[in-house]
Amino acid sequence: MTIYIPTPLRTYTGGRNAVEINAPTVAEALAALTSDNPELRKHLFTPEGKVRAFVNLYLNDEDVRYLPHKEATAVKDSDTLSIIPSIAGGA
Amino acid sequence: MSKILIPAGVYNQLRDHGEETYPHECCGALLGRPEQDGWRIVSAVRAGNTRTDSAHNRYNIAPLELVKIEREANRQGLEIAGFYHSHPDHPAQWSQTDFAEAHWLGCCYVITEVTQGKAATTNSFLLAGTTEEDKRFEQQAIVVED
Repeated sequence: MTIYIPTPLRTYTGGRNAVEINAPTVAEALAALTSDNPELRKHLFTPEGKVRAFVNLYLNDEDVRYLPHKEATAVKDSDTLSIIPSIAGGA
Repeated sequence: MSKILIPAGVYNQLRDHGEETYPHECCGALLGRPEQDGWRIVSAVRAGNTRTDSAHNRYNIAPLELVKIEREANRQGLEIAGFYHSHPDHPAQWSQTDFAEAHWLGCCYVITEVTQGKAATTNSFLLAGTTEEDKRFEQQAIVVED
């Protein structure tokens, strides 16, 4: 599957905006991604190993946190996983 | 001081957006390419503000909208360089809310004060640092190009 890397994290993937990962689930895809690019880990996960609250994960067009199996959701080769930090603010 | 280079048309678009949504905050993404010491902005993409509960002083862009903006940026060979939003009748300075909710390290955050419906000052701030723990906003120069 293809994992799309947001601008702030491309420095940790050698500048790549997309990484091809072979894995059966979302969780295992992220584990493979951070194993290959270890500096990503602290940007994506808390010390306890949970996805950071401001990191949104979209499997194709679905928010992973609302999928029945969340990060344990099975993935296909043709799937994409987008990592999107939140954007918000205000006066 | 880092800078953003932005075409006049795009600069006007993001300011016009703030006038159109006044008295609510507008928001959108800026697409571009990294430059030495900053970003070259190529286009602005309007986004919806999901904070309909408090749109006069809060904005939020739905992550799925960002997913689609990023896909289109990738197709065009561009990156998401940053974001813009407006402050209705409030200075074009980052707030504690802006800072707490800023996570796109290395990207520019462009803020326009819209005073009584007219775009006034526009400022840009680089979200500098390498982690959530050392992030900070640094003012950037805005170079508007004809």
